[in-house]
Amino acid sequence: MLTSQFLTYVAFFVLSAIALIGAFLAVTLRNLVRAALGLILSFMGVAGIYFVLEAEFVAIVQVIIYIGAISVLILFAIMLTRGLMTSAASTQNSQWIGAAFVGMLMFAVLFFVAITTNWPLAQPHTISDLIPRLGADLVTTYLLPFEAVSLLLLAALIGAIVIARE
Amino acid sequence: MLDRYGIVAIFALLAVIFPAIPLLLSLVIRPKKPNQSKKATYECGLEFEDFPEEAQNVWVQFRVQYYLFALIFVVFDIEVVYLYPWAVAYNTLGPFALVEMIVFLGILILALAYAWRNGLLEWT
Amino acid sequence: MDILNNLFTNIYNAINAFLNGLLGGAGLRPDAASAIVAAIMGLIVGTVVLLFGVGVVLTLIWLERKVAARVQDRVGPNRVGPFGMLQPVADTIKMFIKEDIVPTNADGLVHLLAPVIALAPAVLAFVVVPFGQGMQPADLNIVVLWVVSVSSIGTVGLFMAGYGSNNKFALLGGMRAVAQAISYEIPQVLTIVPIILLAGSMSLVQIVQKQSTLWYVFVLPVGLIGFVVYYISALAEVNRTPFDQPEGESEIVAGHHTEYSGMKFGLFYLAEYFNFFIVCTIATTLFLGGWQGPFLPSWLWFLIKTYALILLGMWIRMTLPRFRVDQLMKFAWQVLVPISLINIVLTGILLMFFKVG
Repeated sequence: MLTSQFLTYVAFFVLSAIALIGAFLAVTLRNLVRAALGLILSFMGVAGIYFVLEAEFVAIVQVIIYIGAISVLILFAIMLTRGLMTSAASTQNSQWIGAAFVGMLMFAVLFFVAITTNWPLAQPHTISDLIPRLGADLVTTYLLPFEAVSLLLLAALIGAIVIARE
Repeated sequence: MLDRYGIVAIFALLAVIFPAIPLLLSLVIRPKKPNQSKKATYECGLEFEDFPEEAQNVWVQFRVQYYLFALIFVVFDIEVVYLYPWAVAYNTLGPFALVEMIVFLGILILALAYAWRNGLLEWT
Repeated sequence: MDILNNLFTNIYNAINAFLNGLLGGAGLRPDAASAIVAAIMGLIVGTVVLLFGVGVVLTLIWLERKVAARVQDRVGPNRVGPFGMLQPVADTIKMFIKEDIVPTNADGLVHLLAPVIALAPAVLAFVVVPFGQGMQPADLNIVVLWVVSVSSIGTVGLFMAGYGSNNKFALLGGMRAVAQAISYEIPQVLTIVPIILLAGSMSLVQIVQKQSTLWYVFVLPVGLIGFVVYYISALAEVNRTPFDQPEGESEIVAGHHTEYSGMKFGLFYLAEYFNFFIVCTIATTLFLGGWQGPFLPSWLWFLIKTYALILLGMWIRMTLPRFRVDQLMKFAWQVLVPISLINIVLTGILLMFFKVG
């Protein structure tokens, strides 16, 4: 095995471990703020995996949107509530067995699909021209989805504001 | 990949080690003489224990504005992510790209205007 | 002149060649040997950059005190070393030997990790700063976004400090810090877009190279508007007066680091100055032509421009009073965001008719 390949594997496993530990903390911790911080750790691991996969732009977007914006939203939502710091609510309710079963099933399906699919391998490319190409595609091939995104964002904002003001 | 991101990985490693060094070093040389008053939560000019029960609960329920600003922020953050690839490619694209972006921005300016008109950009 | 200009790149190449020779003869597989050399070089570069950063912070602390003293018609530190220049060193020693107090009610782990999370992104941001010609640790394609994204991780550190201290003032400060950071991040990133439009690239190195004839701040009117908006929102992003509500000492004691003492407080202090330095280097790179300049070595030009911006920041700090929180949020969303949106459209239209650079 080439050294560079080996190091890439090491990086992948370390980052996967970070993502999994973060996700585990997020679902098991009783303190909500700590759980949110675990979620942020998980996001970081996922962003790192994108970097390993050479998807620079997606990785950066993951950091900016998920760590920078979504987690702030989650933290603020927690801070809106009252007295959660003291009450250590249980992380389980009576439906955990069913949920665990569905989760396992989902995992099995995904695992099966992942190993049986014949994935198309990307051709080696120079990364430098990917972002301009993305930009060009946005305003030519994918023009309609692109403009739809802005409408979607507008609708999301108005909807969120209306609900939040209730 | 490795040649460019190897150094980023090393910096990430240093980013963890670098704060740890002074923390560990000061752990060795600093004194440790805790007492009740020192370890009490800070309050202006008063012993924290002298406070009434409800004032000792430091959990503040924050106003909804924080959440609304975060919502607007998420929307604009996503918008910015779309703007960057467009900006990089702009030189190679025709005037049509500009029109499309003005439409895209226009819809979001509409969102900003909506938030503004409803007084959401005010911190009251 | 060339010798000075290429001083650091030459040293780098010399060490690289030496290590290659050393390991090449050790009988390792060639790809393993080159990976080890790259790792050692990375560690050396990282350590040098960080030591340089610490040095910069020490000068900044001294400079800040001296500037403040001059503005307020005082002498400032003048006892420790010549002109009081060793005062920051004395301060650092003091931080090291101070007791670390963790309140009983605090969330110990979060309290400990908060300064680390606040400082780490500042260290990561150094990866992409082009300190001189051929002197950037790494030139990624998404550099500009890299700076933005790592600074958004730092925000989490401030929130953790506020929450982990379990103190009203700290919590208020932390929340204010996050609200402020997200509000000013939008104009900050929006105002970089015109620069990318002008340069047609996200690489900081290419942005600097495109400015060899004309600094982008002089591309009127968009460059100047962009520069002013960027500088204001950068000052707000790093919580400097007049945008220091998160630690507004007249209302909420010391904000998010109320419950911090000793070296943990020192790390917050360090992170603050790191961030201030970094936003000034990025402003230099994006708007002031980076390392470009006649006669002097490229890295010297870079430092001169950066320090000019830093002095400007200190001047502003000494001159203006603190904003009120409501004014602060209003200013970001009702003034800076619309201006930077219009600036993008304006740049697009101008580029249709004129060719820049």
